[in-house]
Parts: sequence; C-alpha cells; structure tokens
Amino acid sequence: MTASITVEGLEVVFDRFRALKGVSLDVREGESYGLVGESGSGKSTLLRTITGLAPVASGTITVNGKTLGKTRDKAFYRDVQMVFQDPYGSLHPRQTLDRLLQEPLAIHGIADGEKRIERALDEVGLGKGFRFRYAHQLSGGQRQRVAIARALILEPSVLLLDEPTSALDASVQAEVLNLLEEVRRRRKLTFLMVSHDLAIITHMCERLMVMQNGEAVETLTASQLIGHRVSEDYTRNLLRASEGFVRV
Amino acid sequence: MSAETIQSRRAWLLSDRPVSRLQARLGRAYVAWRRFSANRLALVGMLIIIALLVVAAFADVLAPYSPTVGDLKNARLLPPGAAHWFGTDDLGRDIYSRIVYGARWTLYVVILVAIIAAPIGLLVGTIAGYAGGWTDTILMRITDIFLAFPKLVLALAFVAALGPGIENAVLAIAITSWPPYARIARAETLTVRNSDYIKAVQLMGASPFRIVLRHIMPLCISSLIIRVTLDMAGIILTAAGLGFLGLGAQPPLPEWGAMIASGRRFILDQWWVAAAPGAAILIVSLGFNLLGDGLRDALDPRSGDQ
Repeated sequence: MTASITVEGLEVVFDRFRALKGVSLDVREGESYGLVGESGSGKSTLLRTITGLAPVASGTITVNGKTLGKTRDKAFYRDVQMVFQDPYGSLHPRQTLDRLLQEPLAIHGIADGEKRIERALDEVGLGKGFRFRYAHQLSGGQRQRVAIARALILEPSVLLLDEPTSALDASVQAEVLNLLEEVRRRRKLTFLMVSHDLAIITHMCERLMVMQNGEAVETLTASQLIGHRVSEDYTRNLLRASEGFVRV
Repeated sequence: MSAETIQSRRAWLLSDRPVSRLQARLGRAYVAWRRFSANRLALVGMLIIIALLVVAAFADVLAPYSPTVGDLKNARLLPPGAAHWFGTDDLGRDIYSRIVYGARWTLYVVILVAIIAAPIGLLVGTIAGYAGGWTDTILMRITDIFLAFPKLVLALAFVAALGPGIENAVLAIAITSWPPYARIARAETLTVRNSDYIKAVQLMGASPFRIVLRHIMPLCISSLIIRVTLDMAGIILTAAGLGFLGLGAQPPLPEWGAMIASGRRFILDQWWVAAAPGAAILIVSLGFNLLGDGLRDALDPRSGDQ
C-alpha cells in the first residue's frame, strides 16, 4: 500500500509558542487514521497545517506523492478536504445549501453542477427538500451532513475530520459516524480523524497516534488499544479516563 | 383575493423546505419585511421616503408654478395663502413649487453620495479586514486621516478646491463620508474572517478576491445599509449646509439649503421663506432616520436567526 499522507518532523510555531514539536506520521492510502489527545495537544493544529491554515515552521508534508510548499494549489484542494468540528459555525449563515454546495463547483469550474448537488445531498441522506434551506433551518446533525456533502462534492481522496461529532448528541453522533464509514467504504477514501473520544477512534480507525503537548506519544493499532497493550503511561491514563466514573 | 389564497401564499413564503432559489429568497425577504413592518415608526419613515420619491418623480405635475421664474412685479414675499400655499420668496417665486422641485436635488445628492461612498467604504474596509498586516495598516491610517477632519470643514475645503456647484458638493460629501463605512465593514470582516465557514471556503481553493466579494461582503452589507440610511439625514444637512454657505447648489437651483440661505435675510419679517425648506429638510431627515432604525431591527444579523 502506498502512503497517502506523510508528515516528517513537522514544527508549527505561533508567536514563539511551539504548537507542534517535530511530529512525524504516515497514513496509507485508503486507511483511517486517528489522532488522539487532550485539548491543546496539537492534533487539530496538525490537520490545519496539512490544509495550509496554519504555517509550517519546519518539516515536510507529502500528500499523494507531492511535497507541499508554502501555498496550496487548487489541485490540492480537489484531493484533500476537511470537515470542521462545529457544524453551527462551518456553514455560511446567509447562503442556502444550494449556494453552499455550488461554491466549490464554481471555484473549480465543474460543469454538471445540478446533478452533482443532487447526488451529494442524496449521498449524505438529505433529500431534495433541503436544497434551498438555510443553515439555521437545520439541526446540528443535518448541518454536519451538509458539511460532509460539501467536502465530498469535489470528490477528494483524503478527508480530514476535525472532531466531526463532538458537537453533536450521542444518537446523532452514531448516525454521522455511520455515514462517514459508509462514504469511506464506497469511495475508498483516506481518513485522518481527530478526536478526544477513544471509543470513536477505536470504532473508526485502524491505526492511531496519541499526542500530548505537541508531540507524538506513541502509535498504536486499534486492536492494541482495545486490548490495553500500550507502552506509555500517558496512554494508560487516557484509557482510564475514557472508562468514565467508577462508583466507589 | 380570498383569505384562503392569502393564507396559502403566506405558507408558501414561510415554507421551511422551499423548492426553488426564488422561493427561498422571497421567504427570507418576507420574514425581514414582517419584522420591519411590525415597527410603526419605521413604516412612517418609509412612507415619508416614498412620498419624497413620488414628489420628485411627479414634480412637473405637482408644482403649479415654475421653480426658477418668479413674478417680480406682483408676487414678492407674499405670505402663505390660497394662490401660493407656502408663500413666495424675494424674487416672486412660488416656494411650494421650489420645494417640490427641490426634492429632486435632495434625492440626487443623497443617492449619488450613497452610491459613491458606500462601495468605497465597503471595499476598503473588507480588504483591510481580510488581508490584515500591512494592507490593513495602510488602508486604516488613510481612513484615520480622513476621520480626523471635521466632515463639513473637509467638505468645504474640497468644494473650495473643486469650485462651487452641486456636483462638486456631492463629490466632497462622498469623499468625506466613506471612512465610517470602511470602519464598520472592517469591524464586521474581523468578526467573520476567522470563522469556520470562511475557512471552509478557503479550503475549497477560493481566491481571496472571491472570498471577500462573495462571502464577506454580503455579511457586511446589512449593517452598511443601516448606517447609510441613518447617515442620509446627515448628508442632506451637509448638502444644505454647503448650499447655505453658497458652496453647494448655485442659484437659481431650488435646493433646500440654498433656499434657507436666501430666506435668512428676511427671517424675522417673512419667516415662511426660510421655514418651509427648513421643515422639508426636517421631515425628510426624520424619515430617513426612522427608516434606518426600522432597517436595523429588520436586517441586523445579530438579532434573530437570519
């Protein structure tokens, strides 16, 4: 299997604060890879750096064999798309879903817009009835479906997911995760998924990396995590914390 | 139209699953209209502005006399009466006719200033806010320089340099009134530029130009419309002030400010010469202010779930 995303010695600095301290990672094509860690561990920063939203201080990022420079070209964005954490903030408040989904097509000059928009809405389980609604007329789960549709409409090969379900309640979380699983299987997508929820990561991902304070703690497979075969104390603490309250 | 069809039309407008672009847009406009029309004073303001538009459009029909040619021999400084509703001025011209024609010039000034100043402010503000860094610093310092001068004094300087006349007055007012719009647009831009929905568009590969034009500007426009409407009264007053100082509209143009200026000489004995155009300015300014207040309630993106 070939590598889809390779990150080597990535450093990101914000005003002298080192958000990422030499992180390396490689994600194989068609794989679902998880990033786990507490808040501020740099997992979201890693995603944002790959997309070009955060500046690289040093290190290299290679996506589908192309090493990325300072700026990303349009071709990159056709290949890599991202779904944001907060579905309430990631949809433009003054645009109908139709406008929202048309935008990427217009930017990339794709002609069969009508068909693609209908297909995209169908794919995420929103019918035609939703097409001319505004974001404020949708529930959180529906909004996240729209965000997924928008990411998929350019037919990327890599999807970056920044805690895609943490703003949703439990039953809706399951729906959205199942939807993501389904599109990944159908389109053979590569996922790089950030979450602080170990259960979601073990359910969705084959391999994962545990991060703390901008550094990689260890890399595990999902089965290692389920079997608690971990070598670092920090990961053990995370596992204990994820088991929740224990009645004494 | 029966009550039933009205009911079904309303349901069509308020449908939460519109079937076309047009229906979605009309539905939104209808919601904004309902919020606007709930405010009685705003409706009064709108009626005043509509009346101003009608008067300006049908000035030829509504004015019984010529606005520029008077009857010097028989009709100088007549008090209000049946023949001359608002009296006549020192050149024997009917003041009512002059005010009716003056509505055209008032609208001309207000609309031209809004068309020139608002886009400049919007463009400067959104570009400064979105680009940040040096672009922002340079554009905003230029804005600050313009803001540092009192508006009327700067307009005076421009008119003095360009020469008196209503076109130059419009230009001078426009040049002095864009900086507040730039500030508003920049402030609005700063609140949205780091939001996820703008990032999402960046991640589609949109150019900065496209983002500013198609995604940021629409969000700034409603607060700008409100501000421009509220400023209209100020624009009318500045134009009147320039006219009053003899730097705006030149005789015999029936511009309201210039009319007050010429009536000033006999304000104690023939009060109606200055009072009528003064009242016209007052009413139209009030109309724009009430309309602006109503628009703020109807369009403000922070109120309600627009």
